[in-house]
Amino acid sequence: MSRFALPLVVFVLMVGLLGYGLRLDPKKVPSPLIDKPAPEFSLSMLATPSRQLSTKDMLGQVWVLNVWASWCVSCRAEHAVITALANKNLVTVVGLNYKDEPGDATRWLEQFGNPYATSVIDQDGRVGIDWGVYGVPETFVIGADGMIKYKHIGPVTHESLEQTIMPILKELKS
Amino acid sequence: MKRLLLLFVFSLWVAPMQAAIEAYQFDSPEMEADYNQLIDELRCLVCQNQNLSGSDADLARDLRRETYQMLQQGKSQQEVVDFMVARYGDFVLYRPQFQSNTYLLWLGPFLLLVLVLYLVVRWLRAADKPVEVDAAAMAEAKQLLEDNESHK
Amino acid sequence: MIPELGQFALIIALCVAFTQAVVPLAGAGLGVQRWIVLAVPAALAQLLFVGIAYACLTWAFLSNDFSVLYVAKNSNSLLPLIYKISGVWGAHEGSLLLWSLVLALWTGAVALFTPNVPRVMRARVLAILGLVSCGFLLFIIVTSNPFERLLPAAAQGSDLNPLLQDIGLAIHPPMLYLGYVGFSVAFAFSIAALISGQVDSAWARWSRPWTNVAWLFLTLGIALGSWWAYYELGWGGWWFWDPVENASFMPWIVGTALMHSLAITEKRGSFKAWTALLAIFAFALSLLGTFLVRSGVLTSVHAFASDPERGVFILGFLVLVVGGSLTLFAWRAPLLRSAVQTRLLSRDSALLANNIFLTVACSAILLGTLYPIAIDAMGGKISVGPPYFNLMFLTLTAPLGVLIGIGMLIRWKSDSLERLGAKLKIPALVVLVLALLISLTLPYWIWTAYLGIAMALWIAVTAGMAIYERFHHRSLLSTLRSTPAGFYGMLLGHLGIAVFIVGVTLTSLYNQEKDLRMAPGDVYKVAGYEFTFHGVRDFNIDNYVATRGGFTVRSEEGDFKVDLFPEKRVYLVQTMPMTEAAIDAGLTRDLFIALGEPLDKEGAWAVRIYYKPFIRWIWLGAIIMALGGLFAASDRRYRRLARSTSSSSTGVEQLS
Repeated sequence: MSRFALPLVVFVLMVGLLGYGLRLDPKKVPSPLIDKPAPEFSLSMLATPSRQLSTKDMLGQVWVLNVWASWCVSCRAEHAVITALANKNLVTVVGLNYKDEPGDATRWLEQFGNPYATSVIDQDGRVGIDWGVYGVPETFVIGADGMIKYKHIGPVTHESLEQTIMPILKELKS
Repeated sequence: MKRLLLLFVFSLWVAPMQAAIEAYQFDSPEMEADYNQLIDELRCLVCQNQNLSGSDADLARDLRRETYQMLQQGKSQQEVVDFMVARYGDFVLYRPQFQSNTYLLWLGPFLLLVLVLYLVVRWLRAADKPVEVDAAAMAEAKQLLEDNESHK
Repeated sequence: MIPELGQFALIIALCVAFTQAVVPLAGAGLGVQRWIVLAVPAALAQLLFVGIAYACLTWAFLSNDFSVLYVAKNSNSLLPLIYKISGVWGAHEGSLLLWSLVLALWTGAVALFTPNVPRVMRARVLAILGLVSCGFLLFIIVTSNPFERLLPAAAQGSDLNPLLQDIGLAIHPPMLYLGYVGFSVAFAFSIAALISGQVDSAWARWSRPWTNVAWLFLTLGIALGSWWAYYELGWGGWWFWDPVENASFMPWIVGTALMHSLAITEKRGSFKAWTALLAIFAFALSLLGTFLVRSGVLTSVHAFASDPERGVFILGFLVLVVGGSLTLFAWRAPLLRSAVQTRLLSRDSALLANNIFLTVACSAILLGTLYPIAIDAMGGKISVGPPYFNLMFLTLTAPLGVLIGIGMLIRWKSDSLERLGAKLKIPALVVLVLALLISLTLPYWIWTAYLGIAMALWIAVTAGMAIYERFHHRSLLSTLRSTPAGFYGMLLGHLGIAVFIVGVTLTSLYNQEKDLRMAPGDVYKVAGYEFTFHGVRDFNIDNYVATRGGFTVRSEEGDFKVDLFPEKRVYLVQTMPMTEAAIDAGLTRDLFIALGEPLDKEGAWAVRIYYKPFIRWIWLGAIIMALGGLFAASDRRYRRLARSTSSSSTGVEQLS
């Protein structure tokens, strides 16, 4: 084959890559914590600040950690879905109240409803960093062995709940 | 070594958004230089392509604080990098680590250069060589020309 | 009414562009004279209608017509006049219209200012340009119409992005576009030549001035962007290797290689395939840049739009134009045979080496820019940023610093190592020693600073030698008269690089930066200067509120004093806080102050102070380079040979 066709070949490969790239989201950062132990935390509960919840306490059960805040607009959008998940009584749903004022957070739950078994306060975001949180909301699925099995970036929709999260939960529980 | 690296690699950067400025105090100029290099090379995850030093996003502020505190605790630059990568993945580094999926990235251009230079120099040298003359063919050609002349 | 007129004008422009693309091309192929001569009037008509459309959009801005969606999103009645004018190109739709206008302007220029070029070749060139215009006009009309209405009309606009309300950034896009849209001319010449088979010295001579002018505008455009980022973003940095910055820099690199390649092809008739290919690459990279900036495939602050649907359109256009060109190249290039052989030690091969290094450097930037997409496609995720690009670009272009000097003095066709060695030995030694002396005057020794200074000196010294070689034979007057402008162009271009190297080296290695807390009355000392902070005051101006800090800077000797006022602004409509740094600019150093945040109730602020040595040399170097491009483009040789060229044109047409 003529070596003059080389630029064309390289171009075609590049265009193929770019075309495929159009379907990808360059801003989504996948979590490196999948199949790794859930980072340890020990935080005060929102409802009763004198009590603490730690990752160790949740060992032995499948649970979901939902990162939320009263200042987060998308959290309001996904609230119904989180509530639906909690109402299935399949797994414990724990809220991580991220970089928020406890007063605002409590009021938000009163106003919109509280789907969480409990919410813990991460006011300075330190625990969020350990979990690789970079935006709100985010949702983690943790297995009974204490390993993170799945991370959902952005608000959970009914579709992603039924099609992705529920199957994972069911599999983990079996 | 890190300082040599800092000095060797031109740290040319622009933060596309407005910079955030904190007045951190450092125990030593080396630590300050380490901090500055780290926040230059760590990516702000919520921004549209900015490093930690150029971003005024909350998360960037938090990560800068983490970096500062870790350095104050005596951690090395590599330990800070490992910390960030463990939580956010390779995406958080503007300097891609040299690993299997970046061999092509780091080595490709040099390999290409070497290959092209080799091919070109070989082609040029061939042009420089004098053309080999086949003595027998030359004699035959000469004969043909003489025959042609005598036939005129 | 006016916006509809604009929309209508766009549609007419598209029809005209289509005619301009198809008819002359067919005419050139079939030899129909009537169709060939249609090229020029079609090109001018297209310019007229695109111009009308652009004027209509500008009118919408100036008359605060917020019933036009684009105006409502990008303007405001309080916006100063100059920014209403520059706001036209402030976002995606309008900037595309500017793209089309600039392309139409270049096309019109080619139609009017090419007396030397044979009619058939010119018809093909205009047709190719028309094809590109079609693509852009179609894109605008179908996906990115700036004249779309907003009904009911907004009472007030959303205001232009405050970052863009700045004179530097206002001029930056038009300059850039004049540049990389201008490479479409070299591209069109290349395609036209490949079609006809006439890739030769004449073709190179026609292409050169167009390439030089496009290149000089791109140089200025990139420099403007860099300078703007420096003073506006409060960061003291001037280049981030952001995908959009790379998108403008890659065509520049290839454009530089193209200019040099055209020189060889014109002078020696060699490297025809290389040159034709570089012309395709330069414009292909411009189009790729358009894709990257508007498709959302890469994250960038500069990105105009993140619309995958629009991305598909541009990608399709890219495939058509570049894919078509490269297919044409693959088919026709084997026919291009160079008459001469290139020797290893000659200016020919030095220029070839120059092109190799530039192209590999460009491919490294392309690789780094697109690599994250590839990794993402395979399930991973990485970032490639300044540490990679700096290292790669510097190591791949460092040899060029030395090569420039050799290239200016080495003979065409064939030279010898002995002659070169004899000529260059002493200057090399002089440079190394001089650079050493200069480096010792700097605050502390850094090896790379020494090398950078040596490189810049080497270029300057060899340039001086080139001047000497040319001028010392004969009288000054006769040499001046016989020296083509291109020679001065070359000198200025290379000296510009030397100045640029000095700026980059010194500012990167010897800059001092400090973030610190300053209360009113505090003093900070750095690099022989004392910075005193006086506190802040608040002001109401135009469409923003400013908190202004007062600083006095004195030199330690006491012979220098300046007052600087950095600001934090909040624009009324977009409520984006903006930092306006205060800079005392100088030829040998910049002093740079930016306000951070208030720290406590006593009036202390977090403040950033920079000492930036020789940073202005970076943009000065770019200006000198651009001047070089201007000289090169104005060379009389390109205009003189009208008669001799047109007579030879008829004999060539049989190849098409």
